[in-house]
Amino acid sequence: MNDSVRPTHPDPARRRWMAVLARAKADRIAALLADCGDLPTHTIIRGPEGGLVMVRGRAGGGGSAFNLGEMTVTRCTVRTKTGFVGHAYVAGREERRAELAALVDALMQDQTRTGEIESRVIAPLERQQMDRKSHRASQAAATRVQFFAMQTMRT
Amino acid sequence: MNSELSPGFTDAVADAQSCFRSVLNAMARPGHIHTVSGVSAPAPLCDAAAAVLLTLADHETPLWLDPAATPAATWITFHTGAPTVPPAQATFAMALSLPDLANLSVGTDEMPETSATVILQVASLTSGQRCILEGPGLREPKVIAIDGLPPDFIAIWQQNHARYPLGIDLILCAGNQLTALPRSVTIKDASPWPM
Repeated sequence: MNDSVRPTHPDPARRRWMAVLARAKADRIAALLADCGDLPTHTIIRGPEGGLVMVRGRAGGGGSAFNLGEMTVTRCTVRTKTGFVGHAYVAGREERRAELAALVDALMQDQTRTGEIESRVIAPLERQQMDRKSHRASQAAATRVQFFAMQTMRT
Repeated sequence: MNSELSPGFTDAVADAQSCFRSVLNAMARPGHIHTVSGVSAPAPLCDAAAAVLLTLADHETPLWLDPAATPAATWITFHTGAPTVPPAQATFAMALSLPDLANLSVGTDEMPETSATVILQVASLTSGQRCILEGPGLREPKVIAIDGLPPDFIAIWQQNHARYPLGIDLILCAGNQLTALPRSVTIKDASPWPM
């Protein structure tokens, strides 16, 4: 694929919940789903199957792309009995996690369930992820060293 | 959203290997019929054609799709990842009726293997127009009966065979059965002879 082309899903809301699901642990998703009452049964369209994807980077965020290395990714696609197709790509080899993430993606597309799944599954996961992120950021910030001498020299 | 999306092979590895062996044997022994399993094809494809696509097509094999097969396009793209292209650039052509072979790639003298392979879905491999096959892989001439080929197929095939080692290979599919007509085979009309 051309480096300048950055494919993005046209639906930013869906990108958000797929990103949240991709970071969540299987047990946590399962526990939150258990509170959502009757869920439609689902069939697996593809996977869950593991594979490798090439992670690419850019030096300084702006240089030309280089191959950083390969990482393991597990993908899964499911279809609920109600006819919604959900996809998931998650890091690692945990198949159950990919299947659960795909299932929630499918449920989120069902207008009649979006609100409930959002408040009971996506929002708690996102809050937890944000808390963890800010906690780590604050831990890192506490050990930050200010190089006054260098700052002075630059100006 | 596509609510029609259905699964591919039941057992992705074993079914694809088994189907690959069937295609290999069909190419090696032209006209012999093989049965494939493991997939429930989306309309309008038959199971054998869908299995061959799942087995052979991937993101490195440009595919031309017969406009009549458009309802299955999403399924094919999802499971194989094959890019759809105009006939001239296609490695595989999925057709519900014999396309104009002149539009497809016949390979080059240096690389005859780069020609297109047509996966042609027909009504039956056991009844219909009867032909006699001769050529590599056949110890003695083999009579086949195919329902779904155009009436002037033998003339079309003679032109294709005349370009050997260039030319198009054909995989014929009906229901869950498949057979193959590689470019090396000669085909004659069998109607004057009884079965």
